Amino acid sequence: MSTTTNMAIITFITNNPYYVLLALSTAVAAGILGAFAVMRRMALASDPISHIALPGLGLALLLKINPLIGAAATLLVGALLIWSFEKRTGIATETLIGVVFSLALAIGSIVTSGEELIDALLGNYSNVSPTEFFVGIAVVIAIIAFLLAKRQELTLAILSPDLAKTSGVATDRLNLYFLLAFVATVLLGLRFVGVLLMGSLVIIPAAVAKNLARSMRGMITIGAAVAVASVLAGLAGAIYLHLPTGPAIVTVAAAIFILSLLKKQRD
Amino acid sequence: MKILEVRDLSVYFDNTAALENVSFDVEREDSLAIIGPNGAGKTVLFRALLGTVPYQGEIKWAGDARIGYVPQRLTIERALPLTVQEFLNTKLHILRANPSEVKSLLEIVRLQPAILKRPLAKISSGQLQRALIVFALIGNPNVLLFDEPTASVDPSSEEQIYETLHNLEDQRHLTTLIISHDLSLVYRYANKVLCLSGKQLCFGVPQETLSTETLNKLYGAPRKYYEHHHEHGHNHVHN
Repeated sequence: MSTTTNMAIITFITNNPYYVLLALSTAVAAGILGAFAVMRRMALASDPISHIALPGLGLALLLKINPLIGAAATLLVGALLIWSFEKRTGIATETLIGVVFSLALAIGSIVTSGEELIDALLGNYSNVSPTEFFVGIAVVIAIIAFLLAKRQELTLAILSPDLAKTSGVATDRLNLYFLLAFVATVLLGLRFVGVLLMGSLVIIPAAVAKNLARSMRGMITIGAAVAVASVLAGLAGAIYLHLPTGPAIVTVAAAIFILSLLKKQRD
Repeated sequence: MKILEVRDLSVYFDNTAALENVSFDVEREDSLAIIGPNGAGKTVLFRALLGTVPYQGEIKWAGDARIGYVPQRLTIERALPLTVQEFLNTKLHILRANPSEVKSLLEIVRLQPAILKRPLAKISSGQLQRALIVFALIGNPNVLLFDEPTASVDPSSEEQIYETLHNLEDQRHLTTLIISHDLSLVYRYANKVLCLSGKQLCFGVPQETLSTETLNKLYGAPRKYYEHHHEHGHNHVHN
């Protein structure tokens, strides 16, 4: 990288410390969350979950309120819908999410216009205010604290709901909290990675971790590390090449995934 | 003294009865075998007893009942990097049980401590079954529910697992409920038997309850079984 490029990246970090710090913190949450999502076989469901944010973003822009509030509203409704469908019908989460939330992308694309749509879909460099930063960091801490404190219960509930229930785990409530942590992570990452690709920041680092780790602890650690590395290198690449942030971050994550496949094959 | 009372238990899935009007009692330290053909509702009964499916009727566990459960199988994705230790840790953590418990439990089921570091998805089916027994025994339960504990293991492991269960019952004064296809097991290890075929066909002491007629009714065809007399050490074949 040339000195000019280095300067551009350093200038961006200096001018946008809240943006960079929140992006990296969100990556840690996404990496840890992904380990459980991959175990739950939610890999295919993760993208449609993030799509549910789009109609909320679009409507908020139309109503001239903070887009994240709109996204939070639709994501919350989405999570509650998945949870209650799953609880009542016992149908796999992926089927429900696949049907209901792909529709959200279509509706969202209709109500969101032009450049704003591209930003919402692919992520952008928009400024993070101090309030947004502190609220965001508080949410990240809450997500990470929940995932780490409940990792044993989550692991057992994923492995066997019957064993979890007989061990005293309230699985219905735990599933709801997990889905809320999922949508909160998606919400945090929307600005950096975009609606289309945020699910990938949750799933790809965890998929890398699954290829490399030999224990659940290892999977969580590697997932978080890969997510942070992807966001760091992706942001740098996006600044250097003047690209939207989301595709750059996800391309880095995908490249690490391909490398992890080589390592896995050698094992 | 009763540890479990079941009255008029029925379970319906989409308005279809999986189990209808089942009533039985289990005394402390009983060993109850639950037999019946495939689809007879045996696992459904367990799931109702564990409170993991909605049911009608009454299931009353004694206040001090601590239940350990060994499922028929555990479907684990092969690439899942979860070690045996991490699997056992989940229950140790949830019940706040003493981690040193695991060492003695491994000895009981004849598993080497080195297995703790291996991925759960990559141990043999016999080892997995034993790991599941260790899991069930964490927290010192006084009731154990086994859903076909030897369904997916080879015959030599099968014998060892039953011996282990039998020893456990004696050492820990456990009450056991075992689903099994193996009628010889009923005579060797159970003092009560419950026959299910969607509904209750029999309940009582095996030697008194399991007539040829009952078995024919249960399985729908003449069936051979072995009766084991502890006092004489002989097995008799019945047709």
